[in-house]
Amino acid sequence: MTDSTTNRGSMTLESELSSVDPVEAKAEGLAREAGFDEDTSSQIAMVVREAVINAILHGNKKDPAKQVHVSYELNDEALRIKVADEGPGLDPDSVPDPLAPENILRSSGRGIFLMKAIMDEVHFHQLNPGTEIELIKHRVKKELSA
Amino acid sequence: MSMKFTTREVGGVTIVDLSGKITLGEGGLTLREEVHKLLAEGKKKIVLNLAEVNYIDSSGLGELVSAYTGVKNAGGELKLLNLTSKVRDLLVITKLVTVFDVKDDEAAAVSSFA
Repeated sequence: MTDSTTNRGSMTLESELSSVDPVEAKAEGLAREAGFDEDTSSQIAMVVREAVINAILHGNKKDPAKQVHVSYELNDEALRIKVADEGPGLDPDSVPDPLAPENILRSSGRGIFLMKAIMDEVHFHQLNPGTEIELIKHRVKKELSA
Repeated sequence: MSMKFTTREVGGVTIVDLSGKITLGEGGLTLREEVHKLLAEGKKKIVLNLAEVNYIDSSGLGELVSAYTGVKNAGGELKLLNLTSKVRDLLVITKLVTVFDVKDDEAAAVSSFA
């Protein structure tokens, strides 16, 4: 497959909240490059921010000895961003449904839900140690002119 | 840019004009702290004007929910005014739009309090 437009790279971040903004900006830039509109690009950047914050706070628990690893790939088909922590691991099925009536007024627990709502695919990979979240948004195909 | 807010009184209702981002780690007084302060002053009819809020994340949604439950538990009412499309979209996705009383007109918001 021709992938002359592939743009890929990676970033390694310290486990502190100041690491979040550069990743968010990178994600928004990639989304715009992929051709998503401003609102969609902003939402993609926001859920990448959610993934990085989760990795820092819940995965690495702000342990300065641990890092967050972000990799991205933009090709003809999709924008794919992976965020990995070095924490004890996450069971995504254990996260309560934030839409359930008993959870709707909780002040937290909406991050993963937003990732799933906004991206086309969200995959969790268990690492040793850590968890990797893979976020995929398919590019909108432009019709080929005759 | 971090979140900023100013408060004003209109017809016995406290309107909090917010601007900037409602997110985690932006520093300064949080929304829930500001609302707690208003409640301590006896102000229990509160409108959050979000016209200038162009960004919110899950932590920001949590701040709105905490503000809402804090006011409700104190016997008051909290309503939202002038949602931007980005904020409205997230409230719809998370079904929080079914929790909040959302208004698009300030006068209507003020007069809607009992």
